[in-house]
Parts: sequence; structure tokens; C-alpha cells
Amino acid sequence: MTILTFTMILLLGAYLAGLIGSLTGLGGGVVVIPLLTLVFHVDIRYAIGAALLASIANSSGAASAYIKEGITNIRLGMFLEIATTLGAVLGAVIAIYTPTNTIAILFGCVLLFSAAMTLRKKNQEALTEGSKLSAVLKLNSSYPTPTGPVSYKLKNVGAGFSIMTVAGVMSGLLGIGSGALKVLAMDTAMKIPFKVSTTTSNFMIGVTAAASAVVYLQRGYMDPGIAFPVVLGVLGGAFTGAKLLTRINPSTLRIIFCIAITFVALEMIYNGYHHKF
Amino acid sequence: MKNMISTHLIQDRDVEKIVGKLLRFGVITASLVVLLGGLLFLVQHGAQSRPDYHIFKGEETDFITFDGIFKGLFTFKPMAIIQFGVLLLIITPILRIIFSLFAFILEKDKLYVVITLIVLAIIWGSTFGGLKI
Repeated sequence: MTILTFTMILLLGAYLAGLIGSLTGLGGGVVVIPLLTLVFHVDIRYAIGAALLASIANSSGAASAYIKEGITNIRLGMFLEIATTLGAVLGAVIAIYTPTNTIAILFGCVLLFSAAMTLRKKNQEALTEGSKLSAVLKLNSSYPTPTGPVSYKLKNVGAGFSIMTVAGVMSGLLGIGSGALKVLAMDTAMKIPFKVSTTTSNFMIGVTAAASAVVYLQRGYMDPGIAFPVVLGVLGGAFTGAKLLTRINPSTLRIIFCIAITFVALEMIYNGYHHKF
Repeated sequence: MKNMISTHLIQDRDVEKIVGKLLRFGVITASLVVLLGGLLFLVQHGAQSRPDYHIFKGEETDFITFDGIFKGLFTFKPMAIIQFGVLLLIITPILRIIFSLFAFILEKDKLYVVITLIVLAIIWGSTFGGLKI
């Protein structure tokens, strides 16, 4: 296969990864890793480098649109970024001592968890009573809805912060945004309405990924020949996905993709267990 | 009192708008640089056969240090141009934090100035702290 053919096929694949990532809410990075390793037989370390870049591109691209609507809670994001960046750096250190097959198995497990999280019931309620710490840290805010702004308060700041650290470690170790873990921390622990938690999580993914990206760049995980089609393809796919989401209701599509992703996750775990990475 | 709150909110919304524009500008610039480098790369190497990506070369690879990327950039090496675009992409969210730092300083929000500085320090440490190992 020539470089030209490889680039064109990978560009198309990355476009689909970005599209699926955007429609399911999983993010492009998560789909890029199995695409590169299972389909193109690329070493998982190059795949992780490319996925990190895809996560940053996705996050910055989508966040710019959401921030305009005023849903993102910038203070909450900044506070939790202490946890995620610290975790990401820790993850990048742990990665040196982790065999690639273990990373593949871990990735499969996170993928299974993420697929399950996409299908869960979402927290729509806004708390009116918050914890003391949430007031001290000025995390309580409001967000616009068609019927006017809704105020919300939050609690369990410590638990949320802890889950965020784990999300950061996964992000640094696997090169993904780990949006599912971030939403778990905000939705389930801190009781934030899901519109705020998904947009704030998206906003944070770029910074979390950037915290470990330079380390991976210096370790040679980011190959220009792979980065070029992956970054452009995922961005294009995410852009199409965002346009489609305003016109179609993706709930059926979401279920189909989540089942497909479950099989992909099982294959990653199976291959990792049989030392194929 | 009511007036004070509303002007504060307007400032917050302005900051958010600028952050949004900054992120979009960063991503578009980075993509254009990557596209330019990628097209040059295809013109020069497109007909060669695909490298063995199933073998991880790690640090034997070119263009993985700031020095290497900039040197290659000024001699118009396509791979270095792509890596420079990659660097721009990585820097975009970091610039967003630096911008937020100034916004919090202007708002005299000491608590968040400190929080933002902690986040910056962690990223700074990982970038220049020799974590490469």
C-alpha cells in the first residue's frame, strides 16, 4: 500500500470515527484507537498519540460552539481541571510501566463502561440546596433554557473531584477524553444537570489531553503520517455530526452504535488477553 | 446592588465569547497548518510504500523535540510542518487557560487566580519536567 492510499483510507476512517464519536457523545478519540489497531494494525502507542490529538481537536471545536450558548460552567471546569491534569500526568507516568496488552484490555473495559453510560438515564433535575464547599468555591451557577435561565447548585464536591482524578489518569494512560467518567462525576456525584455536565466535560477534555500530549509527543507517540489524516478526518466527522444532531434524534442510532462499540471493546480485550498488541 | 450583579454577568458572558473564539481560531489555524504539511508530504512521499506502523520506533522518530520541529519547519520539511500544526493544536487549550487567568485577575477573583495558576503549573511541569523518561 502506498502512503497516498493509506492516507486516503485513514482519512475516511477518521471521518467516520469523528461522526460516530459525535453522534454517540463518546468523542472521536475513543473510536480512533480500535480503528487504528484492529483495522490498520498500527502499534497501540501510535494509536494513543493520534487519539489524544483527536480528543483535543474534538473538544476545542465543540467547546467553542457550546460556550457561545452560555451552558458551560467555566469555574467548575477550571476547578476540576486541577484533578484531571494531575491525573493525566500521573497516567502518562504509569503508561511507561504498563505493557501494551494491559493497556488494550483496560481500554476495552473503559469502552464498555462508556457505551453503558451513554444509554443511562440522564439527570435533568437542578438542585436548589447545595453544599457549603460548592458555595465557597463559587461553583453554583445557572444555565439558559428555552423557558428562561435555570439556577442549579451542587454537592459532593470531594467525591466529584476524586472521580475526576481517576478520569484524568485514564485520559493520560489511554489517550482518550474519558468523557463518560467525567459525566459520572458531575451527573451522579455532584448532581449537575446533564446539559451543563456534558458541555463542561467537553470543555475540560482539551486541557486534560494537553497536559499529557507533550510528554507523548516527546516519547515519539505522535507520528505526522498518522496525525495528519486523523486530525483532519475526526474534525470533519465531528463537524458533520454536530450538524446532523440538530436535525435528527439520534436515540436509535445511539443504541446501534453502542452495541457495535461493545463488540469492538470485547475484541480489544480478547486481543489484549492473547497478547496480540 | 442589582446593577452591580448585572454588569458582573455581562463581563462573564464577554469572557466566554472570547474564549469560544480563541478555541475556534486555534483549531482552524492548527488544521490549516496540518493540511498544508500533509499536502506537501503527499506530494513528496505519496508514492512510497506505507511505513511499518505496527513496529513502534518511539524516540528514534524525527521531529519529537521543540528544537527538531522548529529546525525542520524553517527548512520546509513536510513532517515538521505537520508536527508544528500538532503543537498548535496542543497549545490551544493551554492558551485558553492563560486567557482565563487574565480574566480572573481583571475580575479580582483571587481564589480562581490561584486555582488557574495551579492548573498551569501542572501542565508546565509535565511539558518541561522531563517526564519523557
